Amino acid sequence: MTSHDTVVSAPIIDPSIPIINDFSLVVATENGSGSQTANNTLIRAIFKMGVPVSGKNLFPSNISGLPTWYTIRVSHQGYAARREYSEILVAYNPRTSDEDLSKLPAGGVCIHPADMKFTTPRSDVVYYPVPVKDFLKEIAPPQHLRDYIINMSYVGVVTQLFNISRDEIESALMHHFNGKRKAVDLNLRMVDLAIAHTVASLPKQDPFRVEPLDKTAGKILIDGNTAAGIGAVVGGVGIVAWYPITPSTSLVDAITEYAPKLRPAVDDKVNYAIIQAEDELAAAGMIVGAGWAGVRAMTATSGPGLSLMNEFGGLAHFAEVPIVIWDIMRMGPSTGLPTRVSQGDILSAYYLGHGDSQHICLLPGDMSECFSFAGTAFDLAERFQTPVLVLSDLDLGMNNWMTAPFEYPETPFDRGKILHTASFEQFLADHDNKWGRYRDVDGDGITYRTIPGNQHPRAGWLGRGTGHNEQAVYSERSEDWQRNMERLSRKLETARTHVPAPVVDARAGATVGIIGYGSTSDAIAEARDQLRAQGIETSSMRLRSLPLNDEVRAFVAAFDVVYVVELNQDSQMLQLLCAHAPKHAGNLAPVNLCDGLPLTATFITNRILAHRASAQK
Amino acid sequence: MTATTTRPTNRIGLTTQDYQGGTSTLCAGCGHNSITSQIISACYDLSLDPASVIKMSGIGCSSKTPAYFLGRSFGFNTLHGRMPSVSTGAMLANRTMTAIGVSGDGDTGSIGFGQFKHMMRRNVPMVYIVENNGVYGLTKGQHSATADVGQHLKYAGTNSLPPIDICAEAIAADCGFVARSFSGDAKQLRELIKAAISYEGTAVIDIISPCVTFNNEDDSSKSYAYGKDKEERIQDIQFIQSFEEVVVDYEPGSEQIVKLHDGPTIKLRKLTREYDATDRWAAIKLLEESRNADIFVTGLIHINESRPTLQQTMSLIDEPLAYQTEAQLRPSRAAFAAVMAEF
Repeated sequence: MTSHDTVVSAPIIDPSIPIINDFSLVVATENGSGSQTANNTLIRAIFKMGVPVSGKNLFPSNISGLPTWYTIRVSHQGYAARREYSEILVAYNPRTSDEDLSKLPAGGVCIHPADMKFTTPRSDVVYYPVPVKDFLKEIAPPQHLRDYIINMSYVGVVTQLFNISRDEIESALMHHFNGKRKAVDLNLRMVDLAIAHTVASLPKQDPFRVEPLDKTAGKILIDGNTAAGIGAVVGGVGIVAWYPITPSTSLVDAITEYAPKLRPAVDDKVNYAIIQAEDELAAAGMIVGAGWAGVRAMTATSGPGLSLMNEFGGLAHFAEVPIVIWDIMRMGPSTGLPTRVSQGDILSAYYLGHGDSQHICLLPGDMSECFSFAGTAFDLAERFQTPVLVLSDLDLGMNNWMTAPFEYPETPFDRGKILHTASFEQFLADHDNKWGRYRDVDGDGITYRTIPGNQHPRAGWLGRGTGHNEQAVYSERSEDWQRNMERLSRKLETARTHVPAPVVDARAGATVGIIGYGSTSDAIAEARDQLRAQGIETSSMRLRSLPLNDEVRAFVAAFDVVYVVELNQDSQMLQLLCAHAPKHAGNLAPVNLCDGLPLTATFITNRILAHRASAQK
Repeated sequence: MTATTTRPTNRIGLTTQDYQGGTSTLCAGCGHNSITSQIISACYDLSLDPASVIKMSGIGCSSKTPAYFLGRSFGFNTLHGRMPSVSTGAMLANRTMTAIGVSGDGDTGSIGFGQFKHMMRRNVPMVYIVENNGVYGLTKGQHSATADVGQHLKYAGTNSLPPIDICAEAIAADCGFVARSFSGDAKQLRELIKAAISYEGTAVIDIISPCVTFNNEDDSSKSYAYGKDKEERIQDIQFIQSFEEVVVDYEPGSEQIVKLHDGPTIKLRKLTREYDATDRWAAIKLLEESRNADIFVTGLIHINESRPTLQQTMSLIDEPLAYQTEAQLRPSRAAFAAVMAEF
């Protein structure tokens, strides 16, 4: 429990009042035990019953043997944020069982292997012991599948106790095993044994039930990294250079999986390259080379990797090379907590480089933006000839979220001001025969670029990070330097009005504003409902990009208090907002947390209520 | 000054003037300027279209030189030690280009050592020239990683660490074209550069290129005096273009003929020692023996054309990725719908 005043807390559960489609279940196992299959099966089955559901995996930075918790939230209202507590515990990890049990609210449910002993058993929870060992004897699965099959025992008990469709469990297993009947049947045997046992020996003593709804029809479940990977392939990626780092790795895995399906090889040859570099420096270098040569190039990394890309960030900014960097943010500093979420790279990403550089950053807030921003990032990178950073995070990237299926993009690529041989000739004709790689013809700070392969004898230029004039020729003249820096500032101002605008939900009678971004969006939406129930109406603004625009400044000015919700210690976005709206900086109040967990609505609500209470004293 | 109308042209109608770049800002007498001249000559001789060349470099005196040749070509003066990765990306983006990279001993042997090794491991098609003077010039005279034990510099004192041998490292990394030369040996250098440009994969040329300002004392193994005194050519190298006739000049056994993939030939005429440049083990032995004997061997040390290039390894299409149209890059609606149906 957090130390601040708790206004919204766990209720005491009355078993006589049914709780339908509104609870959380936490599965405690050891990592490496294969529980992901079991948990995904449950989620998919509930989802296919038409009930909104989300899953969050809290896992250690380890391959095998350390505790892991998987939380499944069932919510008829469609809330997908993590909750502070879960009413139902599947206690399958003896090493954490006592602590897990202690966290249950009164009236909660504990499903556990029959032979598990609790040091400090509680009398105010409902127990459902599962004779896992008896089941195992009966099924006698191959040794290497033993752990997976064990986990199916809780799937069976949960299915029966909470009214989950057994048919949907079977369909989910069919989906998971790509229709391989033998694997499905082995798992299903354990599920069915556990269901039969529950029917015969575990009378229902709790109020929790899943009832079919119609709220997921036409929706899909997907994680943000997969969405981004598909989005990148659809968005025309040519070169992906990367170095493995949690939690970004699965983004490149998704590209590797879906590129051959989406852009199949012709005569065994493909029009993309996915290259694992020797480190993040090389990954960044490769995409800078590729972007300079005219390809849509990207990398995916996380905080420590982004640090290594710093020098290339400066070069690409100043040499004006389009590249896209996905940063799936995790908890830092240093190696930090590699498998825990954070929004801690806002400032380092925005200012990536050395000297003066501010970058276009995109802040996807849901699955559909993880998908679409992959293409948007390429468009903006080429339009502005500059690095674009997409700041996702572990919660968005690696957890399952419900979303409408992605739509095939109807707008063409924006390749920006690029001149090929013929268009270069035309450009010269239209511009008094004058061209300079860094000459601002249109007054928007964006110049025209050419790429290798352009046959015109005047098209070539030497890219460089050193001082240069409009002709891309080395120059140490102060006027050249100053003019160039002013143009880059002008380019940033142009970008300000082109990047995705914030999403505002303005409510009549709102007395406070809430600004958030990224993975906290669901928690904010839920918190606003909680606050409304307490008589506090809010308006919200979800930032979707940097640099910040005028609308953001106006929003900050419009309320006496604007809460800035974020997952980092230093209130990084709040710092940028202060610099952006200095006259109204006093309106801003932080609602920030840096505990490695996805944000909960309760935390936001309690922090805002506490802030208001202290302001009134 | 002669009238330009009579200036000779090559097969594509260009003069040597068309291969020039900006005026060098390096010190007068710098070995790097001689190398720049030979790059220009080699490109002219090969009738390379400047529009088909990209010039790459890292940071340092050597890395400034792409500004001094092939002014019409595209190029990228990148970050210190990072030319290999940027070139890798560029050559994946457009496999039809010819990449000529210029690095130095600090850029390659120290800060960029990892990238250098991995570029060769991947067999990125490019000419990788190391203008090796054993000293950091732009920062005014520190020892580099190729400095010999006992090398004495006014600023940095005496070096006590063993040198990195660029060629030995290249051979260890399975590089298929490894040569060493001397900036004062214009003819050999030009032939080697022509052969390197015509080679399909990574071609490394380690060129001893004296720094007249910081490291040209006679006792330095990176000085003009040393190069002139100690150079031993392991063979006479002649590069023969595909349309030229290969004439056998000497008695059988005295020449090694290496035919490159796309037609040209390298003719290696035996000099004093028996040497087979296709034998990797012989190359390692040669480098070790010459180091122990304080002999500066130059020539084509190793050639092996068997390894696939990075683009081949990655099964890339023949056309440049950079010129793929939106129609070619966007998945079909059917393929997209099929993927969406998986969820």
